[in-house]
Amino acid sequence: MLEQLISLAWIIAKILIIVLPLLGVVAYLTMAERKVIAYMQYRVGVNRVGIRGIGQPIADAMKLIFKEIIIPKASNRYLFILAPILAMTPALVAWSVVPFDDGWVLANVNAGVLFIFAMTSIGIYGIICAGWGSNSKYAFFSAMRVAAQMVSYEIAMGFALVGVLIAAGSMNFTDIVHAQSGSVLHWYWLPLLPLFVVYWVSGLAETNRAPFDVAEGESEIVAGFHVEYSGMTFAMFFLAEYANMILISSLAVLMFLGGWLSPFQGIPLLESTFNWVPGIVWFAAKASLFLYLYLWIRATFPRYRYDQIMRLGWKVLIPVTLVWIFVVALAVQFHLPPWFA
Amino acid sequence: MKRLIKTVKSFTLWELFQGLFVTGRAFFGKKITIQYPEEETPISPRFRGMLALRRYPNGEERCIACKLCEAVCPAAAITIESEEREDGSRRTTKYEIDAFKCINCGFCEEACPVDSIVLTPEMHYHIENRGDNILTKEKLLAIGDLYEERLAADRAADEKYR
Repeated sequence: MLEQLISLAWIIAKILIIVLPLLGVVAYLTMAERKVIAYMQYRVGVNRVGIRGIGQPIADAMKLIFKEIIIPKASNRYLFILAPILAMTPALVAWSVVPFDDGWVLANVNAGVLFIFAMTSIGIYGIICAGWGSNSKYAFFSAMRVAAQMVSYEIAMGFALVGVLIAAGSMNFTDIVHAQSGSVLHWYWLPLLPLFVVYWVSGLAETNRAPFDVAEGESEIVAGFHVEYSGMTFAMFFLAEYANMILISSLAVLMFLGGWLSPFQGIPLLESTFNWVPGIVWFAAKASLFLYLYLWIRATFPRYRYDQIMRLGWKVLIPVTLVWIFVVALAVQFHLPPWFA
Repeated sequence: MKRLIKTVKSFTLWELFQGLFVTGRAFFGKKITIQYPEEETPISPRFRGMLALRRYPNGEERCIACKLCEAVCPAAAITIESEEREDGSRRTTKYEIDAFKCINCGFCEEACPVDSIVLTPEMHYHIENRGDNILTKEKLLAIGDLYEERLAADRAADEKYR
């Protein structure tokens, strides 16, 4: 009994160790977003709260916490309250199978990729519930758009992951990362370059980020599925979106950029020089790279038209992934050099 | 051939990278933000802000109560009453500008033959109490005294074009 309690407490401690920093990263990602986009528009961005604006995310969070949560009379209040929770939970649960370093993983599940895939898909329910429960035409339109978009891009994303699974021969993230060890050139971004690009594009679409953020359209549907939400319920959607962004970036690192592996692996002198750097630092650095890319892309590209999004998803990304899965399968089956020999 | 180039371009995401390059360059570019309360944009010597009445260097007020400003004022913001002073010169007894009516057009300054009524470069002012919007002669002269140096410099800088 005592042993069980201790192991339970240990698991809860581990969860807190993952979730609390994650929420901190989410908070500062919002600030980084404002800062990066400002810099790309020749502005300086937030710099008023605290030293160089460092207190801005905390001020934002305090504001949202103390705001009133307004529940529209016409809404379905159970779904309305449930929706942000449904959106938030999967975004956090998915982190349980992400290895931050060799062995630093809450649950070393054998089908980790599948689990993550399932969790990110469940996140859609939160958005659909929000759209339906709000009983507002704008929220509903937005939810419909998101649902269709996410379902389409999940296929392309799934196929991109299938390529990784074929190449690594495993669904366990730790094994996938180990399969990439060798050098920067052994990471899967190079042999699976088209899948990497497709994964990233569909990752943008999955998280409803620019240029695929049709869930919100200021001129047509206001803020999208969360128009009716205020205060903390709105913040939950926000948190979920950013947690998902970080998740997608981390997955890109795990599957295409060698997770916690040092980028200097295989280079004679540098490898030993940087041996002391813990793997999680490399992991965080690579994930930050992708998060920056998220913001960079948002600052650069205009929003896609809805039919173009659908065309891109179904007519471009899915055929590309299918072709490349075929190529990878052949390479793995016949042990083709340079990567699969 | 054209189609081939187009296909290659779209599959290598050529144009997207060009776009990313533009914003990437901007990221490291010089920022043009002016941090307002601490920094301000440069102001032209012709800037039309709050009104003021000037004096001559010897302390004599410039206004001779010709009432040209009152006549030209499109918003009828200026009220002037004049009388003969003991020394026989014509001076104003009342010179009031309603700050609520004033549209800062600068016609009064242009009309003034003695450079008495001027618009200062000061734009940070507010009105707290009812009645404060009426700028009396004393107030206007005080403002003029406060900004005299700047006003003289601005007038000198603009001398060529007047």
